[in-house]
Amino acid sequence: MTRKRRRLYFVLFAMIGLGAATALVLSAIEDSLVFFYTPTDLAEKDIPKDRRLRIGGLVAENSVKRGADGVSVKFIVTDLTNTLPVTYKGILPDLFREGQGVVAEGKIDAGGVFRADAVLAKHDENYMPAEVADALKKSGQWKGAPAP
Amino acid sequence: MDGIRAFFEMDGYGVYVWPAFAVTAIVLIGLALASLRTLRDNEETLESLQGQRRRRAPVAGGQADGTDGDGR
Amino acid sequence: MHRFANPNRFLRLTARILPWCALATAAAFIAGLYLALGVSPPDYQQGESVRIMYVHVPAAWMALSVYSFMAAASAVALIWKHPLADFAAKAAAPIGAGFTLIALVTGALWGQPSWGTWWVWDARLTSVLVLFFLYLGYIALVNAFDDPIRGAKAGAVLALVGFVNIPIIKFSVDWWNTLHQPASITRIGAPAIHSSMLTPLVLMALAFAGYFVCVLILRVRNEIAGRKIRALRLVQAQG
Repeated sequence: MTRKRRRLYFVLFAMIGLGAATALVLSAIEDSLVFFYTPTDLAEKDIPKDRRLRIGGLVAENSVKRGADGVSVKFIVTDLTNTLPVTYKGILPDLFREGQGVVAEGKIDAGGVFRADAVLAKHDENYMPAEVADALKKSGQWKGAPAP
Repeated sequence: MDGIRAFFEMDGYGVYVWPAFAVTAIVLIGLALASLRTLRDNEETLESLQGQRRRRAPVAGGQADGTDGDGR
Repeated sequence: MHRFANPNRFLRLTARILPWCALATAAAFIAGLYLALGVSPPDYQQGESVRIMYVHVPAAWMALSVYSFMAAASAVALIWKHPLADFAAKAAAPIGAGFTLIALVTGALWGQPSWGTWWVWDARLTSVLVLFFLYLGYIALVNAFDDPIRGAKAGAVLALVGFVNIPIIKFSVDWWNTLHQPASITRIGAPAIHSSMLTPLVLMALAFAGYFVCVLILRVRNEIAGRKIRALRLVQAQG
Protein backbone atom coordinates (compact mmCIF):
# COMPACT_ATOMS: atom_id res chain seq x y z
CA MET A 1 0.00 0.00 0.00
CA THR A 2 1.46 3.35 -1.01
CA ARG A 3 1.51 6.28 1.39
CA LYS A 4 -1.01 8.17 -0.74
CA ARG A 5 -3.44 5.28 -0.62
CA ARG A 6 -2.94 4.95 3.15
CA ARG A 7 -3.70 8.64 3.64
CA LEU A 8 -6.78 8.32 1.40
CA TYR A 9 -8.18 5.46 3.50
CA PHE A 10 -7.34 7.28 6.71
CA VAL A 11 -9.25 10.40 5.64
CA LEU A 12 -12.19 8.31 4.37
CA PHE A 13 -12.49 6.30 7.60
CA ALA A 14 -12.08 9.40 9.75
CA MET A 15 -14.89 11.15 7.85
CA ILE A 16 -17.20 8.12 8.11
CA GLY A 17 -16.49 7.83 11.85
CA LEU A 18 -17.07 11.52 12.39
CA GLY A 19 -20.33 11.40 10.42
CA ALA A 20 -21.58 8.41 12.39
CA ALA A 21 -20.68 10.05 15.72
CA THR A 22 -22.48 13.24 14.71
CA ALA A 23 -25.57 11.32 13.62
CA LEU A 24 -25.66 9.51 16.97
CA VAL A 25 -25.31 12.73 18.96
CA LEU A 26 -27.98 14.50 16.90
CA SER A 27 -30.48 11.67 17.26
CA ALA A 28 -29.79 11.56 21.02
CA ILE A 29 -30.52 15.26 21.54
CA GLU A 30 -33.21 15.46 18.88
CA ASP A 31 -35.90 16.79 21.18
CA SER A 32 -33.90 19.84 22.22
CA LEU A 33 -33.26 20.74 18.59
CA VAL A 34 -36.97 21.11 17.92
CA PHE A 35 -37.85 24.77 17.64
CA PHE A 36 -41.55 24.31 18.36
CA TYR A 37 -44.07 21.59 19.22
CA THR A 38 -47.15 20.85 17.16
CA PRO A 39 -50.54 20.39 18.88
CA THR A 40 -50.17 16.64 18.22
CA ASP A 41 -46.76 16.63 19.99
CA LEU A 42 -48.42 18.26 23.01
CA ALA A 43 -51.22 15.68 23.01
CA GLU A 44 -49.03 12.59 22.52
CA LYS A 45 -45.56 13.33 23.89
CA ASP A 46 -44.71 13.81 27.52
CA ILE A 47 -43.91 17.52 27.40
CA PRO A 48 -43.86 19.42 30.71
CA LYS A 49 -46.69 21.95 30.47
CA ASP A 50 -45.61 24.25 33.30
CA ARG A 51 -42.64 25.83 31.52
CA ARG A 52 -42.42 28.24 28.61
CA LEU A 53 -42.52 26.60 25.23
CA ARG A 54 -43.12 27.28 21.57
CA ILE A 55 -45.97 25.81 19.60
CA GLY A 56 -46.46 25.88 15.86
CA GLY A 57 -48.95 24.96 13.18
CA LEU A 58 -51.42 26.56 10.80
CA VAL A 59 -53.87 29.27 11.84
CA ALA A 60 -57.27 27.62 11.37
CA GLU A 61 -59.60 29.29 8.84
CA ASN A 62 -62.24 31.60 10.36
CA SER A 63 -60.75 31.19 13.84
CA VAL A 64 -59.15 34.65 14.29
CA LYS A 65 -61.20 36.83 16.67
CA ARG A 66 -59.88 40.28 17.45
CA GLY A 67 -60.75 41.87 20.79
CA ALA A 68 -62.50 45.22 21.22
CA ASP A 69 -59.26 46.86 22.46
CA GLY A 70 -57.66 46.30 19.04
CA VAL A 71 -54.53 44.54 20.35
CA SER A 72 -55.76 41.28 21.84
CA VAL A 73 -56.48 38.42 19.49
CA LYS A 74 -57.66 34.81 19.78
CA PHE A 75 -57.08 32.10 17.20
CA ILE A 76 -56.82 28.33 16.87
CA VAL A 77 -53.59 26.60 15.82
CA THR A 78 -54.05 23.32 14.00
CA ASP A 79 -51.74 20.68 12.56
CA LEU A 80 -54.75 19.15 10.76
CA THR A 81 -54.94 16.42 13.45
CA ASN A 82 -55.15 18.27 16.76
CA THR A 83 -55.90 21.89 17.62
CA LEU A 84 -54.89 24.35 20.33
CA PRO A 85 -56.59 27.66 21.20
CA VAL A 86 -54.21 30.62 21.53
CA THR A 87 -54.62 34.10 23.03
CA TYR A 88 -52.19 36.93 22.34
CA LYS A 89 -51.91 40.63 23.04
CA GLY A 90 -49.67 42.66 20.76
CA ILE A 91 -48.66 43.40 17.20
CA LEU A 92 -48.90 40.52 14.73
CA PRO A 93 -46.33 40.09 11.91
CA ASP A 94 -47.30 41.02 8.35
CA LEU A 95 -47.56 37.43 7.21
CA PHE A 96 -49.92 36.36 10.02
CA ARG A 97 -53.08 35.19 8.30
CA GLU A 98 -55.57 32.35 8.36
CA GLY A 99 -54.35 29.20 6.63
CA GLN A 100 -50.68 30.20 7.03
CA GLY A 101 -48.06 28.81 9.40
CA VAL A 102 -47.42 30.41 12.78
CA VAL A 103 -45.10 29.88 15.77
CA ALA A 104 -46.14 31.21 19.18
CA GLU A 105 -44.07 31.44 22.38
CA GLY A 106 -45.69 31.34 25.83
CA LYS A 107 -47.30 29.02 28.36
CA ILE A 108 -50.35 26.79 28.58
CA ASP A 109 -52.76 27.97 31.29
CA ALA A 110 -54.92 25.79 33.55
CA GLY A 111 -57.79 25.89 31.07
CA GLY A 112 -55.65 24.42 28.28
CA VAL A 113 -55.41 27.74 26.44
CA PHE A 114 -51.97 28.76 25.13
CA ARG A 115 -51.14 32.28 26.35
CA ALA A 116 -48.64 33.62 23.82
CA ASP A 117 -46.35 36.57 24.50
CA ALA A 118 -44.74 36.42 21.06
CA VAL A 119 -46.16 35.38 17.70
CA LEU A 120 -43.97 34.70 14.66
CA ALA A 121 -45.24 34.01 11.16
CA LYS A 122 -43.85 30.96 9.39
CA HIS A 123 -44.03 31.23 5.64
CA ASP A 124 -44.07 28.40 3.14
CA GLU A 125 -41.62 27.75 0.32
CA ASN A 126 -43.99 28.81 -2.46
CA TYR A 127 -43.21 32.04 -4.30
CA MET A 128 -45.42 33.40 -7.07
CA PRO A 129 -47.10 36.61 -8.24
CA ALA A 130 -50.63 37.29 -6.92
CA GLU A 131 -52.24 36.75 -10.34
CA VAL A 132 -50.73 33.28 -10.61
CA ALA A 133 -51.94 32.39 -7.10
CA ASP A 134 -55.47 33.54 -8.01
CA ALA A 135 -55.42 31.58 -11.25
CA LEU A 136 -54.26 28.43 -9.46
CA LYS A 137 -57.02 28.77 -6.88
CA LYS A 138 -59.65 29.26 -9.58
CA SER A 139 -58.56 26.27 -11.62
CA GLY A 140 -58.44 24.06 -8.52
CA GLN A 141 -54.71 23.33 -8.81
CA TRP A 142 -53.87 25.11 -5.54
CA LYS A 143 -51.18 23.26 -3.60
CA GLY A 144 -50.22 26.01 -1.15
CA ALA A 145 -51.61 26.35 2.34
CA PRO A 146 -54.19 23.60 2.73
CA ALA A 147 -57.67 24.47 3.92
CA PRO A 148 -58.28 22.89 7.34
CA MET B 1 -41.36 61.27 -9.78
CA ASP B 2 -44.00 59.21 -8.00
CA GLY B 3 -42.88 56.14 -9.92
CA ILE B 4 -39.31 56.59 -8.67
CA ARG B 5 -40.50 57.11 -5.11
CA ALA B 6 -42.68 54.03 -5.26
CA PHE B 7 -39.68 52.08 -6.59
CA PHE B 8 -37.55 53.07 -3.61
CA GLU B 9 -40.31 52.72 -1.00
CA MET B 10 -41.46 49.27 -2.20
CA ASP B 11 -44.74 49.43 -0.27
CA GLY B 12 -42.83 50.16 2.92
CA TYR B 13 -40.46 47.19 2.50
CA GLY B 14 -37.75 49.42 1.02
CA VAL B 15 -36.21 49.88 4.46
CA TYR B 16 -35.45 46.14 4.48
CA VAL B 17 -34.82 45.45 0.78
CA TRP B 18 -32.33 48.25 0.06
CA PRO B 19 -30.09 47.59 3.10
CA ALA B 20 -30.03 43.89 2.11
CA PHE B 21 -28.75 44.76 -1.38
CA ALA B 22 -26.38 47.39 0.06
CA VAL B 23 -24.80 44.91 2.50
CA THR B 24 -24.34 42.41 -0.34
CA ALA B 25 -22.69 45.05 -2.54
CA ILE B 26 -20.39 46.30 0.23
CA VAL B 27 -19.18 42.81 1.19
CA LEU B 28 -18.67 41.60 -2.39
CA ILE B 29 -17.02 44.77 -3.73
CA GLY B 30 -14.89 45.20 -0.60
CA LEU B 31 -13.61 41.61 -0.76
CA ALA B 32 -12.85 41.87 -4.48
CA LEU B 33 -10.95 45.16 -4.07
CA ALA B 34 -9.01 43.87 -1.05
CA SER B 35 -8.02 40.71 -2.95
CA LEU B 36 -6.94 42.76 -5.97
CA ARG B 37 -4.86 45.12 -3.84
CA THR B 38 -2.93 42.46 -1.92
CA LEU B 39 -2.27 40.68 -5.23
CA ARG B 40 -0.85 43.88 -6.79
CA ASP B 41 1.31 44.52 -3.72
CA ASN B 42 2.63 40.96 -3.62
CA GLU B 43 3.36 40.91 -7.35
CA GLU B 44 5.33 44.17 -7.01
CA THR B 45 7.34 42.78 -4.07
CA LEU B 46 8.02 39.60 -6.02
CA GLU B 47 9.21 41.51 -9.07
CA SER B 48 11.61 43.68 -7.05
CA LEU B 49 12.98 40.61 -5.25
CA GLN B 50 13.50 38.77 -8.53
CA GLY B 51 15.12 41.90 -10.00
CA GLN B 52 17.63 42.04 -7.13
CA ARG B 53 18.46 38.40 -7.66
CA ARG B 54 18.99 38.79 -11.38
CA ARG B 55 21.30 41.77 -10.85
CA ARG B 56 23.39 39.78 -8.39
CA ALA B 57 23.49 36.61 -10.50
CA PRO B 58 23.12 37.66 -14.14
CA VAL B 59 23.67 34.19 -15.61
CA ALA B 60 21.09 32.37 -13.47
CA GLY B 61 19.72 29.46 -15.47
CA GLY B 62 16.27 27.82 -15.41
CA GLN B 63 14.30 31.07 -15.60
CA ALA B 64 13.18 30.89 -19.20
CA ASP B 65 9.58 31.82 -18.33
CA GLY B 66 10.56 34.59 -15.96
CA THR B 67 9.24 32.79 -12.87
CA ASP B 68 10.71 30.46 -10.35
CA GLY B 69 9.64 26.87 -10.21
CA ASP B 70 8.32 26.63 -6.68
CA GLY B 71 6.89 23.13 -6.62
CA ARG B 72 7.27 21.23 -3.40
CA MET C 1 -2.90 15.03 -12.35
CA HIS C 2 0.30 16.71 -11.25
CA ARG C 3 0.47 18.36 -14.65
CA PHE C 4 -2.53 20.55 -13.76
CA ALA C 5 -1.33 21.23 -10.25
CA ASN C 6 1.74 23.06 -11.48
CA PRO C 7 1.55 26.66 -10.14
CA ASN C 8 3.15 28.18 -13.26
CA ARG C 9 0.72 26.39 -15.53
CA PHE C 10 -2.10 27.67 -13.30
CA LEU C 11 -0.83 31.24 -13.61
CA ARG C 12 -0.73 31.06 -17.40
CA LEU C 13 -4.15 29.41 -17.66
CA THR C 14 -5.95 31.77 -15.28
CA ALA C 15 -4.43 34.87 -16.90
CA ARG C 16 -6.41 33.92 -19.98
CA ILE C 17 -9.62 32.89 -18.12
CA LEU C 18 -9.88 35.82 -15.71
CA PRO C 19 -11.04 38.59 -18.12
CA TRP C 20 -13.80 36.37 -19.55
CA CYS C 21 -14.87 35.29 -16.06
CA ALA C 22 -15.10 38.92 -14.92
CA LEU C 23 -17.09 39.86 -18.03
CA ALA C 24 -19.57 36.99 -17.61
CA THR C 25 -19.99 37.78 -13.90
CA ALA C 26 -20.68 41.46 -14.59
CA ALA C 27 -23.21 40.57 -17.30
CA ALA C 28 -25.03 38.12 -14.97
CA PHE C 29 -25.10 40.72 -12.17
CA ILE C 30 -26.52 43.45 -14.46
CA ALA C 31 -29.21 41.18 -15.92
CA GLY C 32 -30.01 39.59 -12.54
CA LEU C 33 -30.27 42.91 -10.67
CA TYR C 34 -32.41 44.43 -13.42
CA LEU C 35 -34.88 41.52 -13.29
CA ALA C 36 -34.74 41.19 -9.46
CA LEU C 37 -35.35 44.86 -8.65
CA GLY C 38 -37.17 46.08 -11.74
CA VAL C 39 -39.10 43.40 -13.55
CA SER C 40 -39.97 40.54 -11.19
CA PRO C 41 -43.42 40.75 -9.54
CA PRO C 42 -44.13 41.11 -5.81
CA ASP C 43 -45.00 37.83 -4.06
CA TYR C 44 -48.66 36.96 -3.42
CA GLN C 45 -47.98 36.69 0.34
CA GLN C 46 -44.83 38.66 1.08
CA GLY C 47 -45.24 41.53 -1.37
CA GLU C 48 -42.10 43.49 -2.20
CA SER C 49 -40.00 42.04 0.65
CA VAL C 50 -39.56 38.87 -1.45
CA ARG C 51 -36.85 40.74 -3.42
CA ILE C 52 -34.43 40.04 -0.56
CA MET C 53 -34.58 36.41 -1.74
CA TYR C 54 -32.51 37.34 -4.83
CA VAL C 55 -29.44 38.04 -2.70
CA HIS C 56 -30.19 35.89 0.37
CA VAL C 57 -30.68 32.55 -1.39
CA PRO C 58 -27.66 32.76 -3.77
CA ALA C 59 -25.46 33.87 -0.85
CA ALA C 60 -26.66 30.92 1.27
CA TRP C 61 -26.11 28.47 -1.60
CA MET C 62 -22.61 29.80 -2.12
CA ALA C 63 -21.84 29.71 1.61
CA LEU C 64 -22.47 25.94 1.52
CA SER C 65 -20.84 25.34 -1.89
CA VAL C 66 -17.66 27.25 -1.02
CA TYR C 67 -17.28 25.27 2.22
CA SER C 68 -17.76 22.01 0.30
CA PHE C 69 -15.12 23.18 -2.20
CA MET C 70 -12.80 24.04 0.69
CA ALA C 71 -13.30 20.61 2.29
CA ALA C 72 -12.68 18.84 -1.05
CA ALA C 73 -9.51 20.88 -1.66
CA SER C 74 -8.37 20.11 1.90
CA ALA C 75 -8.86 16.37 1.32
CA VAL C 76 -6.81 16.55 -1.90
CA ALA C 77 -4.13 18.54 -0.06
CA LEU C 78 -3.93 16.05 2.80
CA ILE C 79 -3.96 12.91 0.66
CA TRP C 80 -2.05 13.89 -2.50
CA LYS C 81 -0.07 16.86 -1.11
CA HIS C 82 -0.78 19.16 -4.03
CA PRO C 83 0.40 22.68 -3.16
CA LEU C 84 -2.35 24.21 -5.33
CA ALA C 85 -5.05 22.43 -3.29
CA ASP C 86 -3.74 24.09 -0.11
CA PHE C 87 -3.73 27.46 -1.87
CA ALA C 88 -7.29 26.91 -3.16
CA ALA C 89 -8.67 26.05 0.29
CA LYS C 90 -6.93 28.99 1.95
CA ALA C 91 -8.00 31.37 -0.83
CA ALA C 92 -11.66 30.24 -0.71
CA ALA C 93 -12.17 30.73 3.04
CA PRO C 94 -12.58 34.54 3.16
CA ILE C 95 -14.94 34.45 0.15
CA GLY C 96 -17.06 31.80 1.87
CA ALA C 97 -17.09 33.82 5.09
CA GLY C 98 -18.29 36.84 3.07
CA PHE C 99 -21.13 34.85 1.51
CA THR C 100 -22.15 33.50 4.93
CA LEU C 101 -22.15 37.01 6.41
CA ILE C 102 -24.38 38.21 3.54
CA ALA C 103 -26.76 35.28 4.08
CA LEU C 104 -27.00 36.02 7.82
CA VAL C 105 -27.52 39.78 7.48
CA THR C 106 -29.98 39.63 4.58
CA GLY C 107 -31.79 36.80 6.38
CA ALA C 108 -32.28 39.04 9.43
CA LEU C 109 -33.50 41.87 7.18
CA TRP C 110 -35.96 39.45 5.57
CA GLY C 111 -37.03 37.80 8.83
CA GLN C 112 -38.07 41.02 10.52
CA PRO C 113 -40.86 41.95 8.06
CA SER C 114 -41.98 38.40 7.19
CA TRP C 115 -41.60 36.38 10.42
CA GLY C 116 -41.73 39.26 12.87
CA THR C 117 -38.22 38.72 14.26
CA TRP C 118 -34.62 39.42 13.21
CA TRP C 119 -33.26 36.21 14.66
CA VAL C 120 -34.38 32.94 16.25
CA TRP C 121 -32.27 30.06 17.54
CA ASP C 122 -33.83 27.44 15.31
CA ALA C 123 -31.76 24.61 13.80
CA ARG C 124 -31.24 26.28 10.40
CA LEU C 125 -30.17 29.71 11.63
CA THR C 126 -27.97 28.30 14.39
CA SER C 127 -26.16 25.87 12.07
CA VAL C 128 -25.46 28.67 9.57
CA LEU C 129 -24.02 30.79 12.39
CA VAL C 130 -21.79 27.82 13.26
CA LEU C 131 -20.69 27.76 9.59
CA PHE C 132 -19.69 31.42 9.83
CA PHE C 133 -17.57 30.71 12.95
CA LEU C 134 -16.01 27.68 11.19
CA TYR C 135 -14.87 29.95 8.37
CA LEU C 136 -13.44 32.48 10.83
CA GLY C 137 -11.77 29.72 12.87
CA TYR C 138 -10.22 28.24 9.73
CA ILE C 139 -8.80 31.63 8.67
CA ALA C 140 -7.40 32.26 12.16
CA LEU C 141 -5.88 28.77 12.42
CA VAL C 142 -4.20 28.82 8.99
CA ASN C 143 -2.59 32.19 9.76
CA ALA C 144 -1.54 31.22 13.29
CA PHE C 145 1.47 29.16 12.11
CA ASP C 146 4.84 30.63 11.11
CA ASP C 147 5.33 27.75 8.70
CA PRO C 148 2.60 28.05 6.01
CA ILE C 149 2.77 24.32 5.21
CA ARG C 150 1.98 23.35 8.79
CA GLY C 151 -0.75 26.02 8.93
CA ALA C 152 -2.34 24.62 5.77
CA LYS C 153 -2.27 21.10 7.22
CA ALA C 154 -3.98 22.13 10.47
CA GLY C 155 -6.54 24.14 8.47
CA ALA C 156 -7.24 21.16 6.19
CA VAL C 157 -8.06 18.97 9.21
CA LEU C 158 -10.41 21.64 10.62
CA ALA C 159 -12.09 22.11 7.23
CA LEU C 160 -12.75 18.35 6.97
CA VAL C 161 -14.03 18.04 10.55
CA GLY C 162 -16.33 21.06 10.02
CA PHE C 163 -17.77 19.47 6.90
CA VAL C 164 -20.25 17.48 9.05
CA ASN C 165 -22.06 20.79 9.52
CA ILE C 166 -22.92 21.05 5.80
CA PRO C 167 -25.51 18.22 5.62
CA ILE C 168 -26.87 19.44 8.98
CA ILE C 169 -27.52 22.90 7.48
CA LYS C 170 -28.95 21.45 4.29
CA PHE C 171 -31.40 19.06 5.93
CA SER C 172 -32.12 20.95 9.18
CA VAL C 173 -35.39 22.26 7.73
CA ASP C 174 -36.52 18.70 6.95
CA TRP C 175 -35.26 16.90 10.07
CA TRP C 176 -36.55 19.28 12.74
CA ASN C 177 -39.33 21.83 13.19
CA THR C 178 -37.76 25.14 12.26
CA LEU C 179 -39.07 28.65 11.70
CA HIS C 180 -37.13 28.68 8.43
CA GLN C 181 -39.12 27.28 5.51
CA PRO C 182 -37.85 24.25 3.54
CA ALA C 183 -36.09 24.61 0.18
CA SER C 184 -38.15 25.87 -2.77
CA ILE C 185 -36.04 24.26 -5.45
CA THR C 186 -35.83 20.55 -4.68
CA ARG C 187 -36.92 18.96 -7.95
CA ILE C 188 -35.91 19.79 -11.49
CA GLY C 189 -38.97 20.82 -13.47
CA ALA C 190 -41.34 21.66 -10.64
CA PRO C 191 -39.82 24.15 -8.19
CA ALA C 192 -42.23 25.84 -5.81
CA ILE C 193 -41.30 29.17 -7.29
CA HIS C 194 -42.84 30.89 -10.32
CA SER C 195 -40.69 31.31 -13.45
CA SER C 196 -40.91 35.12 -13.28
CA MET C 197 -39.06 34.88 -9.94
CA LEU C 198 -36.94 31.83 -10.77
CA THR C 199 -35.17 33.52 -13.72
CA PRO C 200 -33.73 36.43 -11.69
CA LEU C 201 -32.85 33.99 -8.87
CA VAL C 202 -30.91 31.73 -11.25
CA LEU C 203 -29.16 34.74 -12.86
CA MET C 204 -28.12 36.06 -9.45
CA ALA C 205 -26.89 32.58 -8.46
CA LEU C 206 -24.77 32.42 -11.65
CA ALA C 207 -23.42 35.89 -10.89
CA PHE C 208 -22.46 34.84 -7.34
CA ALA C 209 -20.80 31.67 -8.66
CA GLY C 210 -18.90 33.67 -11.29
CA TYR C 211 -17.81 36.14 -8.63
CA PHE C 212 -16.46 33.25 -6.57
CA VAL C 213 -14.41 31.89 -9.48
CA CYS C 214 -12.95 35.34 -10.32
CA VAL C 215 -11.99 36.26 -6.76
CA LEU C 216 -10.73 32.71 -6.10
CA ILE C 217 -8.35 33.04 -9.08
CA LEU C 218 -7.10 36.39 -7.73
CA ARG C 219 -6.54 34.97 -4.28
CA VAL C 220 -4.82 31.77 -5.46
CA ARG C 221 -2.48 33.88 -7.63
CA ASN C 222 -1.80 35.90 -4.50
CA GLU C 223 -1.00 32.74 -2.51
CA ILE C 224 1.43 31.60 -5.24
CA ALA C 225 3.13 35.01 -5.26
CA GLY C 226 3.34 34.97 -1.46
CA ARG C 227 4.98 31.53 -1.44
CA LYS C 228 7.54 32.65 -4.05
CA ILE C 229 8.35 35.78 -2.02
CA ARG C 230 8.92 33.58 1.03
CA ALA C 231 11.23 31.26 -0.90
CA LEU C 232 13.25 34.17 -2.30
CA ARG C 233 13.58 35.83 1.11
CA LEU C 234 14.82 32.54 2.58
CA VAL C 235 17.44 32.27 -0.18
CA GLN C 236 18.51 35.89 0.48
CA ALA C 237 18.74 35.31 4.22
CA GLN C 238 20.93 32.27 3.68
CA GLY C 239 23.41 34.05 1.53
